[in-house]
Amino acid sequence: MREAILKVFRGTPVEAGKFITYKVPVEEGMVVLDAIHYIQGYLDPELSVRWNCKAAKCGSCSAEVNGDPSLMCKTRMDQFAEGEEITIEPIKTFPLIKDLVTDVSFNYEVNKQIPPFCPADDATWIFKQEDIDRVQEFRKCIECFLCQDVCHVLRDHERKDAFWGPRFFVRSAGVEMHPLDCGNRIPLLEEQGGLGFCNITKCCTEVCPEEIHITDNAIIALKERVVDEYHDPLAALLRRVFKGK
Amino acid sequence: MANYEIHEYDVLVVGAGGAGLRAAIEASAQGVSVALVCKSLLGKAHTVMAEGGIAAALSNVDQQDNWETHFCDTISGGKHLNNWRMAQLHAQESPERVRELERWGAVFDRTSDGQILQRAFGGHKWKRLCHVGDRTGLEMIRTLQDRGVHQGISVYMECTITRLLKDGEKIAGAFGYFRQDGRYVVFKAKAVVLATGGAGRSYPVTSNSWEYTGDGHALAYEAGADLIDMEFVQFHPTGMVWPPGVRGLLVTEGVRGEGGLLRNNAGERFMFRYLPESTRKDYAENEEESKRWVDAVLKGAKTEARRPPELSTRDNVARAIYLEVKEGKGTPHGGVFLDISYLNSERVKKKLPSMYQQFKDLADVDITKQPMEVGPTMHYMMGGVRVDADTAATRVPGLFAAGEVSGGMHGANRLGGNSLSDLIVFGRRAGAGAAEYAAGQEDRLQVSEDQINAAAEELEAPLTKKGGSSPYELQRSLQEIMGEHVGIFREDAVLAAGIAKLEEIKEELKTVSISGSKLYNPGWHLCRDLKNMIICSEAIARSALARTESRGAHSRLDYPDTDPEQAKFNIAISRLDGVMKLEKTPRPEMPADLKKLFEKKEQTNA
Repeated sequence: MREAILKVFRGTPVEAGKFITYKVPVEEGMVVLDAIHYIQGYLDPELSVRWNCKAAKCGSCSAEVNGDPSLMCKTRMDQFAEGEEITIEPIKTFPLIKDLVTDVSFNYEVNKQIPPFCPADDATWIFKQEDIDRVQEFRKCIECFLCQDVCHVLRDHERKDAFWGPRFFVRSAGVEMHPLDCGNRIPLLEEQGGLGFCNITKCCTEVCPEEIHITDNAIIALKERVVDEYHDPLAALLRRVFKGK
Repeated sequence: MANYEIHEYDVLVVGAGGAGLRAAIEASAQGVSVALVCKSLLGKAHTVMAEGGIAAALSNVDQQDNWETHFCDTISGGKHLNNWRMAQLHAQESPERVRELERWGAVFDRTSDGQILQRAFGGHKWKRLCHVGDRTGLEMIRTLQDRGVHQGISVYMECTITRLLKDGEKIAGAFGYFRQDGRYVVFKAKAVVLATGGAGRSYPVTSNSWEYTGDGHALAYEAGADLIDMEFVQFHPTGMVWPPGVRGLLVTEGVRGEGGLLRNNAGERFMFRYLPESTRKDYAENEEESKRWVDAVLKGAKTEARRPPELSTRDNVARAIYLEVKEGKGTPHGGVFLDISYLNSERVKKKLPSMYQQFKDLADVDITKQPMEVGPTMHYMMGGVRVDADTAATRVPGLFAAGEVSGGMHGANRLGGNSLSDLIVFGRRAGAGAAEYAAGQEDRLQVSEDQINAAAEELEAPLTKKGGSSPYELQRSLQEIMGEHVGIFREDAVLAAGIAKLEEIKEELKTVSISGSKLYNPGWHLCRDLKNMIICSEAIARSALARTESRGAHSRLDYPDTDPEQAKFNIAISRLDGVMKLEKTPRPEMPADLKKLFEKKEQTNA
């Protein structure tokens, strides 16, 4: 049986981190998360990792595999060459807890700031599939936070104080563009969410395992609404009156 | 003396899947203080993996549907062992609970006239499953999560509850630890709602995540509640069988609901041969009629044709697949073929997007061009904590349970789609029941230090021992026992041998040890989870041995027939002097007006 060589980051905020090398037998169709489970089950029961569904539906097992932000449950072992060292590290944008586990509480705090879905009192709850295709795309998000991980504003400029990150622009777009929503989150997105900091480099879109067009369909669409809100109030008003949300 | 932090609430909800979130939202809406505790991060609970849909008789697609038919389907699917009152409340209330989700922002797929779209599923007479492609659970959990965020519920993530605390007979809170740093925590609470899901991790092939270690079942058992119907374990007929790493991963029943066909290695639609006499008349007689039904689904048109035999109940389809494989009619990797590739590929991608991705990414199979290989996977516990249907109260004052951890709703076999509806119907009822109970309690409940110290010592033990069994090794042994001795088909001697092996594992658990610190140490966490898994496994095995008939998901090789006499009782497990006690308790009698619904059903089918 073929063996894979995994270099896995081990460490805590107080101890200096280091990479430990493990040799793991490879089965057909194996993914990186299986290799991590093998390490836990046979070599080192203390290795910390988050996972749940193992089917790319829960977004728990995010890590950086050979530097690429990935879901470990979706990263096949057979894409690596025989004898290639596979490096596995925690996602970098969030503070380390231990090994592959990071403190992602920032995301849960941001989520609380987004005003809830707010339907009209007289809504009939009849709407066409084509009216919701757009929000259904946003609602596919599994909250793996890989988009947050790669976003320059969070990762390099560390502006967690003033920027919500792509995940929460997608989440906001999901309520803002619901055909029955009457709220207006645009000023909040601009002033609290820091939407303007995004310079649409599309890094978030590239890593999204759900293939959500984060930049084109969510962020740019919201930026256009910001422009209307502040510079073309008539367009903003018309959109609200005619529910062209 | 243990070090621990203390938090105080009126209601503590353990588990943050659909049932726990809905319970917390309801309790909070009643004006009491609520804490919600979950083992993973919020939004990652098993509900997120539910795919096919929520069963509710909205009759948007098939106008003939109503709650009475949903009720009858549920009881028939459960082989008449269900708690009738739970099945009634479930069928009556699920439409309103679905509409409520929509009002809270859930965005379901639509019919051409703009209503919530519904699809066919096994055992449901009409198209009844409200869905969002094949990611309905994600939609549900996110909707509830975002609703809960604005309700002032305190959420404690990555926190595992290991013991319920009592003041005399009454529940007074719970003890647990935070996974992140192993610090201990006591929640003082007047009422506790268990919403911890199932116990699939005790089986070698399962669709369940690491969290599913039967925590709520075991906590309730240890606190004095009783568990019923534990012999009924649902093996979902269609799990992935290849490659090895994904073995057991769920393939939604929605594939069959959209027209997916099951074939053996000779290309035969074998399900025609496996329809039980009692339900044969509800299904297509031949491939031609089955095709007419699928064509009508594709067009969104009405049809007189009956549904394909692939949409038989899960217990039946799982047994059929198991037997086909055993008889040498399986696929190269030990499953059968599930084929949807004959449909338009764009439709398949639109209706089953995550199945398309899952097979493409993990198995190199393009389901729009090739058949899938599937086989049974342990999926769901019908058995669980016995509750009062209306309030979800257990027999322990102050303890409530909802969702998969509770028992009775699904009887001997659960219909697909009835789980998500169960979560929101009984999650809400449990939240209301717990809030009302808590509001009626005096302020100060006392928790003795002894209980807390004992709970802490139990957790410390594996860290202080050296050279004992590895928890992972023990888990593999347990899984092997359950797979071999308490699988789809059971028989006396095999079950008895399994129970003997479980007794050995129980002893071995006492020696389990783990290295390292309490800092996010999954091996240490597993040491404690194993205890719950073993309690559940023993309850399953002992109940399975005691039910000497085949009914629903419980198939006995030595008792292949269903025995009408055994529909009169539920097997109940409880703890007496530290030992597992088994009783046959009479099943509540269905009132005459509900019984009549079945007579009516017989007439319309005749």
